Amino acid sequence: MRSALAIAVMLLCAASARAQEKAQAYIGAQIISISGPVIADGVLVVQGGKITAVGPRRSTTIPAGAERFDMSGKTIMPGLVDTHSHIGGGSGGDASAPIQPDVRILDSFNVRDTSLKRAQAGGITTVNVMPGSGHLLSGQTLYLKLKNGRTIDDLLIRDAAGRIAGGIKMANGTNSIRQPPFPGTRAKSAALVREQYVKAQDYRDKIARAAGNPEKMPARDLALEALVDALEGKRVVHFHTHRHDDILTALRLAKEFNLRVVLHHVSEGWKVADEIARAKAPASIIVIDSPGGKLEAVNLSPQTGAVLERAGVLVGFHTDDYITDSRFFLRSAALAVRAGMSRDKALYGLTMAGALMLDLGDRVGSLEAGKDADFIVLSGDPLSVYTKVLQTYVEGVKVFDRDNAQDHLYAVGGYGAGRDQHAHLDCFDGDEEAWR
Amino acid sequence: MIGPVVKSNLSCEPEAAAARGHAAATMKTRSLFTAPPCLRIAMLALWLILLAAAPTMAQVAVRGETIYTMAGPAVKNGVVIIRDGKIAEVGPAASIKIPSGFKTLSARVVTPGLIDARSVVGLSGYLNQPQDQSQLERSSPIQPELRAIDAYDAQEKLVEWLREHGITTIHTGHAPGALVSGQTMIVKTHGKTVDQATLVQTAMIAVTLGRAGLGQDNKPPGTPSKMVAMLRAELLKAKDYEAKRASAAEDRRPARDLRMETLVRALKGELPLLVNAHRATDIITALRLAKEFNLKIVLDGASEAYLVVDQIKAANVPVILHPTMYRAVGETENLSLETAATLRRAGVPVALQGGYETYVPKTRVVLFEAAIAAANGLSLEEALGLVTIDAARILGIAGRVGSLEAGKDADLALFDGDPFEYTSHVTGVIIDGQVVSQTVR
Repeated sequence: MRSALAIAVMLLCAASARAQEKAQAYIGAQIISISGPVIADGVLVVQGGKITAVGPRRSTTIPAGAERFDMSGKTIMPGLVDTHSHIGGGSGGDASAPIQPDVRILDSFNVRDTSLKRAQAGGITTVNVMPGSGHLLSGQTLYLKLKNGRTIDDLLIRDAAGRIAGGIKMANGTNSIRQPPFPGTRAKSAALVREQYVKAQDYRDKIARAAGNPEKMPARDLALEALVDALEGKRVVHFHTHRHDDILTALRLAKEFNLRVVLHHVSEGWKVADEIARAKAPASIIVIDSPGGKLEAVNLSPQTGAVLERAGVLVGFHTDDYITDSRFFLRSAALAVRAGMSRDKALYGLTMAGALMLDLGDRVGSLEAGKDADFIVLSGDPLSVYTKVLQTYVEGVKVFDRDNAQDHLYAVGGYGAGRDQHAHLDCFDGDEEAWR
Repeated sequence: MIGPVVKSNLSCEPEAAAARGHAAATMKTRSLFTAPPCLRIAMLALWLILLAAAPTMAQVAVRGETIYTMAGPAVKNGVVIIRDGKIAEVGPAASIKIPSGFKTLSARVVTPGLIDARSVVGLSGYLNQPQDQSQLERSSPIQPELRAIDAYDAQEKLVEWLREHGITTIHTGHAPGALVSGQTMIVKTHGKTVDQATLVQTAMIAVTLGRAGLGQDNKPPGTPSKMVAMLRAELLKAKDYEAKRASAAEDRRPARDLRMETLVRALKGELPLLVNAHRATDIITALRLAKEFNLKIVLDGASEAYLVVDQIKAANVPVILHPTMYRAVGETENLSLETAATLRRAGVPVALQGGYETYVPKTRVVLFEAAIAAANGLSLEEALGLVTIDAARILGIAGRVGSLEAGKDADLALFDGDPFEYTSHVTGVIIDGQVVSQTVR
């Protein structure tokens, strides 16, 4: 019986793997591609994990032999990009120092954490998982695809050279002001950060002077290596910052060290919108139901998205899960629209803006031929409270289906929804318990 | 808004300060034109303030394309007539004439002022600093004598935040987090002082079962069973106190004890216990306690209520459910967006709360929480009930608020669309007949 089940599962796996090779056509949905006008009666064609065609039904060729899915009455849009999340139970730096660039989320992420299922249920397909904000620099972040992976390696995003995609997490303001060795003031915070980046500049220069001669190379320093990545723009610095003066400090540091910075939270961003725009710094905002809860967030305004948009800032959103729940990510954009942001920029903020902030604009964030087939199927308008995420696809593979009982549990909650998820039976035939 | 402008015009400050103090008295004998210049400015200021306040004191009519009265089917193209702070009439515009001189407001949708059935706002402030956190006293695990009225800040910013979102009544007070943390009260989200805001001075006694109510720093109670043992002992003591106070000879009567007095009111059924319990185990414990001491209880939080619906219904206990979007961690890990629908379908009285959390967001807005409930198994009007009439009934204030009916307090929320849609706005709020907000939220 057990072996029969195993064979059945293997057959299923083989079938689903084959399905990815065959073209899949999603037909009849309203398609919000983000990169072009809304298509009322559209077709999305996917093959080998990539989008091969998007367009109106009447003018888009569906390859012969493609598997056809009727999506009439539904809305399809790109998978959402969450630029700042803490799903997966990952950790960053410890209490030993305020600046720890050597520490990686990569080394502490649980792919079976139930929070990933909630994110898929919320329509999120790409996420920047970060260590916390209790440090000036708490470590290396990780950009992930929310596939149903067995290990973290299955979720990683790599560039052509095989480098794992991710940024650096920094913070200023009160979260990182603590007992020594942490800073006691804002000025000290900035001084400590500058000191480390100056060291990294020296380290980089030494390497350059060595010109490949191993004798002259400095000893490898994991922390400085990561900072050099930031100095050279290979890693984007994701900067937690709330108060307007802290935002300006973040911009000042970015200018001094030529860092590519994305501002996160920016509760008082509405006070310095022009300065942010002039610095060409993107801003990823969080939408919270009430101001306060911490001193730096007392001036949080629902209008921040609208004000930054008007100033010309690239605006994205984040859940900061567990601060807001990944299942309600669409709601963040909808509330920004409630407070004056344009509908188009809000939808862009959930998708393409986030993709750009993570240097993934060529792969995700919009529905265009050649991009990854990361998309979501909605029951209605993306900004309506009554709309449900029905299905979530990552690289052509369905990772969430509201009609599936287990997925439904993650979407609405209920008994067992909070437990670490079980391994997925579709590509695995072992003892379930062993995979908890 | 007139106030600050006039104040800045008072250039002769020392004299003006004196004048302000006497302005009311001197108004009787001096006219605006015969008074000395500084006094004249002060009188003008007073007159302007009165003028500015006048529209809110006037009689008000509200037109709504849809009026959800919560006391019958929605009225299409309706009118609410408000006289002296009370609702005088509600019905179709065709059959009601708005008297001349009435200030008239219009909205796409009109609902009763919303009710947050369990909050700590006003005791807990938005700064989240020690000086504005009065919701939880940890010096002892059982302190029912702590009154909410002694800690409520009517001018707290979060009160304004809720008011601008259409919430006109809140049941607020001591937070979950201690076995018996203190009393709750019911206020309108309007009024400068606690006395002006108060609707019910002592509403319930806040009790916490489950791990959230355990003592801090190894202080008792250290386990859920110990919590129940301590609570039962205290209730027995209160019974004994009451018996002795009633029967003993005057010289042998026990001295007045505020703690015992409060618990006696609970034992007599005058004050319900508001029992915060999330796990099904703790909910059942609450029902067991209620039965043993014949207590009125209201369940608070109740994440796993859907597992024990039959027992809750059989015990005839209402539920003030956690915010729909509450964090699903620890004791609340099993919460469901559909619990409000499940309870309502089973016939359990249920309301929604903004609740209490220690961190951002500092408070949740029940309008938003009801919206998520409406999207998860309830109709619009059923979900609206969770934050209006059903909440009012559970709190025992349905004679005053919760629906739009003649004779009730004129508390209304005005919207420019479906109240629950993310992109709709609250466009006006009326409390006791006064237009208290026209901020678009």
